[in-house]
Amino acid sequence: MTTTSMHGGGIAIVGASETTEIGSLPGISMINLHADAARNALADAGLTAKDVDGIATAGPLAHEVSHHLGITPRWLDGTMVGGCSFMLHVRHAAAAIAAGAADVVLVTHGESGRSRVGMGGRAPNPASAQGQFEAVYGAQTPYSTFTVPALHFLQERGMEREALAQVVVAQRAWAVDNPRASRRTPTTVEAVLDQPPIAWPFTKDMCCVVTDGGGALVLTSAERAADLPAGDRAVYLLGSGESAEAPMVSQMTDPGSFQAFRRASAEAMTTAGISHADVDHLMAYDAFAHLPLYMLEDLGFVGRGESRDFIAEGHTGRGGRLPMNTNGGGLSYTHTGMYGMFAIQEAVRQLRGEAFAQVPDVRTSFVQGVGMFFAAAGSLVLANRRP
Amino acid sequence: MPGPSPLPTPETAPYWEGAAAGELRVQQCTSCTEHYFYPRPFCPRCGSDDVAWKATSGRATLVSYVINHRPLPPSDGPLVIALVQLEEGPRMMSNVVGVEPTPEQLPLGMPLRVIFEERGEYAIPVFTPAEAAR
Repeated sequence: MTTTSMHGGGIAIVGASETTEIGSLPGISMINLHADAARNALADAGLTAKDVDGIATAGPLAHEVSHHLGITPRWLDGTMVGGCSFMLHVRHAAAAIAAGAADVVLVTHGESGRSRVGMGGRAPNPASAQGQFEAVYGAQTPYSTFTVPALHFLQERGMEREALAQVVVAQRAWAVDNPRASRRTPTTVEAVLDQPPIAWPFTKDMCCVVTDGGGALVLTSAERAADLPAGDRAVYLLGSGESAEAPMVSQMTDPGSFQAFRRASAEAMTTAGISHADVDHLMAYDAFAHLPLYMLEDLGFVGRGESRDFIAEGHTGRGGRLPMNTNGGGLSYTHTGMYGMFAIQEAVRQLRGEAFAQVPDVRTSFVQGVGMFFAAAGSLVLANRRP
Repeated sequence: MPGPSPLPTPETAPYWEGAAAGELRVQQCTSCTEHYFYPRPFCPRCGSDDVAWKATSGRATLVSYVINHRPLPPSDGPLVIALVQLEEGPRMMSNVVGVEPTPEQLPLGMPLRVIFEERGEYAIPVFTPAEAAR
């Protein structure tokens, strides 16, 4: 047995990789996107499937992925709360490793979100609360559901829809030089606002790209990480948090603030023993342009009503005091349907000094995920050295 | 008409039976008097299982919305997908109909009134500007 803590740097990410390609991949089915990412991540860690004894995934069942890869698991986690599932998997894996329930955990994501190869159906259960009380109104696609509270958020802060366009412009600037990003053309607030609406107030570029791809992570104890060939590239988990609210957007406690962001991020800060000033890089899951606005405020990086100006004044861009979504985010980089894995991957790249748009001297990255349209949240504090 | 239909469960059947009868019903806790939605056999506020179905006034206000422009059957044009708050307190998703689907005609806070749209064997509660329903 071990006495390692799940937080405080006792657990490390020792392997991290996306699928070899992302974008439009009609020749690869969902399960093999998991496999491609997993094999890349294991190679990155200097490990093989035979070294893995724990598996966590969302989408397919955990045992489908472990068997496909030739893993014999003694620990499985199939937590499925949408796109932030992977933040929860990292948190759960850290607890399992600290408790001695697993030694090496593989977390995988793969989704044929664009080409829909090897994917199941996506209609909600018509007998679920969501099926009975939201889908019947057309609140059944991401762009017609996740977006609904945004107008309330904007109006109660005296913001216009230009605030959504500011988010797009700031993140596009990060993607311009990133060869893996889907949208790389610089844009302006006016150009974004002038696009035809998808679901007003949202225009096309305020909605994420839709892609095929995946990613995987390998976690183990910091002690074991030190013995691996890539041990000097290990990324440590300092703190984490998770929470959930209603399974329906309409039942949010407050449409202008997501309580699960507040709870999960507060726990992550507390368990990491850090304050906002210690964070020098932020990944804020952006399926739609309103989410970074909610997150900056709900996580406490800015005060209520200050999120738009913080972005418009350049604080989240190159040279800013809180570089955010430095891969271009879901809005410009990639979004398979469950973006959380890609947010974690970019945080790991930044902490290793291997990002396309590398921020100088990143030591601590905060990763905020959201899942199932304002239903669930997961937060991670990652660092490139142990405290 | 195509488009998703609800599949009631034993716990939600009174809601859909009410809708078919032209009544928007929510549950009220007899112990703490909270009105709540969506249907559950116990009060989400105080935990009591002493709860009863009540007809609402059908009056609501507009809290937030999007105007969807993508194909979304059974709607064949812009569709207002809205978060509304009932006079009794609960919020619910719905559509706003009987009004031009433009931001100018849909100020937040506008008063609404429930009407019912037929979809297959079900009546779906939707909302329209309060004055238009009179």
